Amino acid sequence: MTQTNYAAPADFIARSRPALMAGVVGVVLCGIGFAVAREQFYRAYLIGYLLWLGIPLGSMALLMVHHLSGGAWGVVIRRIFEASSRTLPLLAILFLPIAAGMHSLYPWTNETLVAHDHILHAKSPYLNTPFFLVRAVIYFACWIGLSTLLSKWSLAQDGGDVNAARKMQRLSGAGLVIYGLTITFAAVDWVMSLNPKWFSTIMGFLFMGGHGLIALAFTVVIATALARRAPMDHVFKPVHFHDLGKLMLAFVMLWAYFNFSQFLIIYSGNLAEEVPYYITRLSNGWQYVALGLLLLHFVLPFSMLLSRDLKRNANRLITIAVLVIVMRLVDIAFLVSPEFNSAGANLHAGEDAVSSAFVNWLDVAAPLAIGGIWVAYFLRQLGSRPLLPLREPDLAKAIAATGGH
Amino acid sequence: MSASTSSTPAIYGLTAEFVNPSELVAAANRARIAGYRNMDAYSPMPIEELNEALALPKTRLPRLVLAGGIAGTVLGMGLEYWASTIAYPMNIGGRPEFTWPSFIPVAYETTILGAALSAVVGMIVLNGLPQPYHPVFNAPRFHRASQDRFFLCIESADPQFDRQGTEQFLKGLGPQEVTEVAW
Repeated sequence: MTQTNYAAPADFIARSRPALMAGVVGVVLCGIGFAVAREQFYRAYLIGYLLWLGIPLGSMALLMVHHLSGGAWGVVIRRIFEASSRTLPLLAILFLPIAAGMHSLYPWTNETLVAHDHILHAKSPYLNTPFFLVRAVIYFACWIGLSTLLSKWSLAQDGGDVNAARKMQRLSGAGLVIYGLTITFAAVDWVMSLNPKWFSTIMGFLFMGGHGLIALAFTVVIATALARRAPMDHVFKPVHFHDLGKLMLAFVMLWAYFNFSQFLIIYSGNLAEEVPYYITRLSNGWQYVALGLLLLHFVLPFSMLLSRDLKRNANRLITIAVLVIVMRLVDIAFLVSPEFNSAGANLHAGEDAVSSAFVNWLDVAAPLAIGGIWVAYFLRQLGSRPLLPLREPDLAKAIAATGGH
Repeated sequence: MSASTSSTPAIYGLTAEFVNPSELVAAANRARIAGYRNMDAYSPMPIEELNEALALPKTRLPRLVLAGGIAGTVLGMGLEYWASTIAYPMNIGGRPEFTWPSFIPVAYETTILGAALSAVVGMIVLNGLPQPYHPVFNAPRFHRASQDRFFLCIESADPQFDRQGTEQFLKGLGPQEVTEVAW
């Protein structure tokens, strides 16, 4: 192996400055939105938050999968995953506006409504404000704990700790179970309870699939940018992008599979307490968003990613990755927004109203605000360590001329 | 087999025998760089690097598999359409007779079936199998290509093939042995 220490290229890490400025612009816009349209702000903030939360959580989950399975695809992008998962403390802080906006977002926080509604009353031992907040603290404690330990041991491995690989592998087994449980409950709390009378047991899986997909897409974007510069220009080979493209294809299919499973079961059952979810989303304009998701979140990326040549060409793969990230935003908006009317009020909070398709300028401003700050923080994290795990036993094989798998 | 050669090659080609896969890949690379195209490598296990080293043409198999998959979708969905709207229409929970969302799982399975079958059959046909006779088995010790030896065979069909010159070239690659393969 060469003597290079694989330090992150300074010009790339310096992009955290424009990212932060974009974030500040977004924050200012959100501030205006908060003042003039508070309900729209909270709704849009939830969408933006869930979008960006997917990258560190998906990265952490894939990192643990890699610790369990091994493989060259994970060795070369491990530091990107780790940097991404180290942003979870920032996301814990960024959760505060959602906690502050609970009463605007979640109808079950309205005590008079709960008192007069038998179903909401029966659900109140779980759906109540203090327990909701306690659960959020537990989720973040688990996530931050896992990502911190994995990053710490990975750094110890660079320093020569030969037991680090074993420790990371052991934690990853339990960690994936913890991730699966926490994200299932978090999806129920943060998204499903927007409509407190509806339920779908696959909601957590929809988020897991989405997390894996956006984490891979984001990693492809970063890896492509790094592959254009020293020192990583000699490391990333077509075979690595080929593997990432294959994984993206798998997650695109997984996303479609989970969504179709939910749809088919509700469609076939045709039960009054389940179908309103799809009646809302397949009428009043939302059906065009659904069609757009089907075509641009599944059919297009799926067909493109079938091509071997496209997957091996980073410059072409990155366009699919960007499309996927944009469609993740649309997908999350499609989960959240139809539960609100076009003024941003939750439909289930008062007398039943109908949601017509709408989009608000805050739907762009909030993801921009959170994304700008998040990307800036991510780049700082990425720059703080070597871009490759220097003493990973599989490293030499992973970056060999032919590239392993 | 140009007219300028004094005699038409009476042999299938020349094989060089190597003891490990990296030697075989290196030899194949050098043969390709030297301009040889009609050649093949034989090894006890798949070696991914050989695809590039031998400059093998792109396989048409993916297109066949895609076509097989699409045919599977159309046939599966068509069967369900025919059965539930023409042959035996039934009112199930007031749903339309052509309840396409419920038909997707079966159409998906027939897609996989069509793709998998065309992959297997296409692979066999494109490989020219079954082939009861192949001259390369005339090479002595060739049975060890299924055990622990790695063979590179330059065929006499190659425009650059020359009985003496190619033998010298192969010997320069450091093989265990270079042998003639009779037709």
